Parts: sequence; C-alpha cells; structure tokens
Amino acid sequence: MSAISVKNIEKSYDKGAVKALKGINLEIEEGELFGLIGPDGAGKTSLFRILSTLILPDSGSATMMGLDVVKDLWKIRKIVGYMPGRFSLYQDLSIEENLNFFATVFNTTVKKNYHLIEDIYVQIEPFKKRRAGKLSGGMKQKLALCCALIHEPKILLLDEPTTGVDPVSRKEFWDMLGRLKAKGITVLVSTPYMDEASRCSRIALMQGGNVMEVESLSNIIGKNNMILYALRSKEMHRLLKDLREFSGSLSAFAFGDEHHVRLSRDEEAEELYAFLLHRAHEMVNIRKINPEIEDVFIQLMQEQHS
Amino acid sequence: MRNIKFMLRKEFRQVFRNKAILRMILAMPVIQLILIPLAADYEVKNINIAVVDNDVSAYSRRLTEKIKSSGIFKLSDYGQNYNAALKTVGQSKSDLILSIEPGFEKNLIRERSAKVHIAADAVNGIKAGLGAAYAQQIIADFNAEIVKELAAGTEQKFPVTVSSALRYNPYVNYYLFMVPGILVMLVTMVGSFLSALNIVAEKEIGTMEQINVSPLKKHEFILGKLIPFWVLGMLSITIGMSIAYLFYGILPAGSFLVIYSYAALYLLAVLGVGLLLSTFAENQQQATLFAFFILMVFILMSGLYTPVDSMPEWAQWISAFNPPRYFIKLIRAVYIKGSGFNDLGHEFLVTAAFALVFNILAIFSYNKRG
Repeated sequence: MSAISVKNIEKSYDKGAVKALKGINLEIEEGELFGLIGPDGAGKTSLFRILSTLILPDSGSATMMGLDVVKDLWKIRKIVGYMPGRFSLYQDLSIEENLNFFATVFNTTVKKNYHLIEDIYVQIEPFKKRRAGKLSGGMKQKLALCCALIHEPKILLLDEPTTGVDPVSRKEFWDMLGRLKAKGITVLVSTPYMDEASRCSRIALMQGGNVMEVESLSNIIGKNNMILYALRSKEMHRLLKDLREFSGSLSAFAFGDEHHVRLSRDEEAEELYAFLLHRAHEMVNIRKINPEIEDVFIQLMQEQHS
Repeated sequence: MRNIKFMLRKEFRQVFRNKAILRMILAMPVIQLILIPLAADYEVKNINIAVVDNDVSAYSRRLTEKIKSSGIFKLSDYGQNYNAALKTVGQSKSDLILSIEPGFEKNLIRERSAKVHIAADAVNGIKAGLGAAYAQQIIADFNAEIVKELAAGTEQKFPVTVSSALRYNPYVNYYLFMVPGILVMLVTMVGSFLSALNIVAEKEIGTMEQINVSPLKKHEFILGKLIPFWVLGMLSITIGMSIAYLFYGILPAGSFLVIYSYAALYLLAVLGVGLLLSTFAENQQQATLFAFFILMVFILMSGLYTPVDSMPEWAQWISAFNPPRYFIKLIRAVYIKGSGFNDLGHEFLVTAAFALVFNILAIFSYNKRG
C-alpha cells in the first residue's frame, strides 16, 4: 500500500482564476523520504494543505495510509505531522510549553514519545525555558519538527523546512530527516533548493501546478541525459547573448558564475568556440560537464513550454 | 473536556504573559472611570453673556445684575450696540447675547410687559440650548418679581405654578448616572474586542493552522478562547465597581447579584460579537478597524451620552439591536433606582436572545470560512 496516494488532484483559487494544481498524480511508498522540488508558485504548498486536511481539493482524490483526505480527516489528523513553511508555534510560550501543549492536544505525553525526538530535542533542551519567539531560525525549525513529531505520526509533511535557514542548519536538518526515515516514518518534504534533492529517495519535479517527473535523482539525470558545456569569458553578459544566437545551441542560461549551453552533438563544441572567437570574445573557457538536477529541471521546463 | 482544560491552561498562561492585555484589564477601568466622567460633564457653567442694554434704566440694570449673580453666566460684554456684541460672539468671547430694547422700563411699568431678545451661538449646540434655557428662567423669575412689586397691595394671582422634584437621584449626581454607563463600555470592550483580537492573532501567526491539523475540535478551540475572556470581563466589572465606590463613593441601590447575573449573560452576547468579528478579519489590523467602527456605534447608539428616547424613531430601532443599550439601562436602574430581577426581565430576555443569535451566527460563519 502506498503511504500517500494522490490521484488527479486539482485546486484553483479566486473562483478558478488561479490554477494552483492541474491534475497531480503521485504514489509515495511507506518509509520513503520523498522530495517535492520546484520553484515558488509550483503548487507545493497547496498540495501540502490538501494532504494535511486544511483545504479541500476541487476534484480528484488523495489518501494517506489508505485514509481519504476528505472523508477521514479526523483519523488523518491523528497520524500526520505537519510543519508549515512559516514558523507557527506560540511565540509567547517556551520550548517546553509548546511541546507539552501539542503533546496534550494529541492526547499523548512528551515522555511517551521522547525516543522519537530525542536527537533533535537534546540540541534545544538547554534553552527549554526560553520563549519560542526568542529562538534563532535553526532552533525554531528544530522545535517545530519536535512538535510535528511528538504524536508519533506515520507520515510527516514538511513544507519548505529549510527555506531561510543557514547552510549548516540545513545540513543538520536533512541528517535528522535521514534518521526519521530510518525509523520508518514516511516523510514528504518540499524545497526550492535543487541541491537538497540528492538527500531524497525519490523526488517529484513540480512546475506551474504540474508534476514533470517522478524518479530518484540519479534516474532523473540518467534519463534526461544531455550534452552540456560550461563557458566563461571576459564579458559574461555578451557571452550569454551570443550563446543564444549560436545556431547549434538548444538552450543557454546563466548558472552561477558560468553559462551552461546544451548542444545536440559534441562536435559542435569546436564550432561554438570558433563562433565565439569570431565574435571577438576574450579569455574564452569551455569545458564539458555532467548535467545536474537544475540543468534537468530547466530542460524539462522548456520542454513543457514548447 | 480534557482538551478544553489544556486550551484554558495555555490561554491563561498567555494572557498573564501579555502585558498589553493585563494593562488593558487593570489600567483601562481606572483611567476611563476617573477621567471620562470628569471630562464629559454635562453641567454647563461659565456661559459668557453679552448684554446689549439699549434702555440703560434701573430695571435693565437690575436684570443684568440678576443674570450676573446667577453663578451660571459671566458678563463678557456690556454695551449699547448689538453689532458690537455680535462681534464678540464671532470672536468666541460670548456664547449668548441678551438684548434689551429701548423703553424696556417704560413698557414694563405701563403695559406690564416688555420684550427682550436672546441670541445664542449655536456652534456648541448644548451650551447654546442650555444657556438660552437658563437665561429664560432667570428672565421669567425677574418678570415674576416685577409683577409682584408693581401689584403690591392688590391681590395678585399666579394661575399656575410648576414645581418639580427629582426622583431617585435628587441631587442630580452626574457621576451616579455616568460612571455605571462607562463601566458597561469597558466590559463590552473586554468581551468583544479583546477576544476578537486574540483569536485573529492565532490566525495571523499561523498557530490556527497548527490547531486545525490537530485532533482538537473547533468547539473546544472556541470555548478555550471565550472562557478566559468571560472571566476577564467579570474581573473588569468587579474592578470597575470597586473604583466607582472608592473614587466616587457610588454603590448600587439595588443588589450586586442582579448586576453580576446580568453581566454573566451579557458577556456571552458580546463574546459572540467578538467571535463573529474574528471570522471576518484576516489580521489584527483589520480586526482593530472593525472594532473601532462597531465601538462608535455601540457608544453613540447606547444611550450612554444621549437618551435613547430623544433619538429619531429609526435610530431608536437601530439602538434596539445594540447590546450595550440594555446593559446601560439595567445598570443605571440597579445603581440609581435599586431595580431588581422583577423589573428587568425584559433586559435579561433580550440579552439572552442576543447571546444566542450572535453565537449561532459566529459559529455558522466560522464553519463556512474555517
């Protein structure tokens, strides 16, 4: 049985003016650490809000551990832990009080499920008397994760838990998610950071309310192989314009301090180099690279548009 | 039940940590009850009067003296030119002009009647109206004196004399009238607006969502929110009545039991208003603006300052749907007349209906939006 099963879910806002989800299908197995990857506005949060029973889908159906998100909402609320994108615990209650409150609301105690949160809680325990509003961003996320875990959920929904968190805390956070996966909890996590995709057992690439691809990271990259070159020159801005004008380039875009250009054949690299020298570029540096998740994402996005 | 207990524990903990709420509950009654009755005093004193004396006779001077010595008026101008007096009104130096015609004394003696003219600056309507009324009274008094003097020796009959007695509040103690009314506004604010702001804050911070994904039921959440403010409302009326006694020496002529029983019911009604308000507002700013608007209606349509009976009929109808109107009527009746349960059945009944309607509307609206 799938832990999360989503069938043709559609959701629009403002009486149909904004289509957030355009018929999404997903099957997530028990014990998976599944990543929803996509830019802002891809529909990730809408999907989370439907799965956590906060809003109703316009059409389609979804089940969590076999329970329907519309009909069995009270049962689902007992087995799902949800951590929204924005920190939303009581700022005027301490770490301890927040945790105790959410434990009692779920009819359990911190003591009973301490084993689940122990590795996370020990990091914030020294500050347990401190009000949640006075915690740093990373500590807030740890507390929110503890509160989402305190009732021993079977499924954990984490909406952009690492957005706005520093790189060290981000790494720590993903380590924690890895340990939760090892405990058998199904984790669905969304992120706009493509580099976090490697931490997931499988990922779904989302864009504009659609799921473009569902695979493991290596499979996605393997399946969408491409001939890719990274380029630099003295005038980066003009370089990008010229790369796009080159007849053999399938796509060209800025990627950090380099430009990535996709070609249809390796032989074209020589022609490209000659073309750029002809356009009077200086210090041209060209090298072949292996595509990363972001290259695949951009390619899929372009395919979807054309 | 168990969940409500946890909600309540959390709510009270938060309320006692929220300095703003504590200040509101403790300081607001003190400041409002001490400041507002002193400032919003209706007794009009120090009315500036300009006398235009075109007669300059013994009688005209006597009338002027009588007005001056009344304790209500201050002579701001004395002269023979009406336009000059009018100018002082324009400069806000005078509120009232008393113009005495030439031949005032002559006419009084010969014809037993004479005319004077009163003009009032109506920019401040209350001052003008009361001033003119006071002046008329003094002139009527003067008239009676003169008539009596001139008719000395002969039998003079005054066909009708009006004597008035003020029941229940014989010394027209303004505070006895005003302080309980302000107390009502206070309880209304705590019950409806503080509770609305508190609920909207949960929406704004996002904790409402966390509650919504938990097994906590909506009615448990709502009760957990409303009970603390019911308690705070009862607390604030207690503080208010204590201040009324300590500062103004005002005690209800009737029983505290009537006031507390009614307040308990009334708070249910205004908590319903607060809950309804909270379902409309997305954030605390919106809630505050809504509250501000509603509070104005509550105050102006309640009979706190202007009697409901003197409103136009349509306004009286609106006021019939204004909960504070009933509490103000009731608390004044208990404080001043000592009314009991038997006399106030209507107020209890209407308020119970309000409590029912507002809460049902609120729950309906809450379900639709939540």
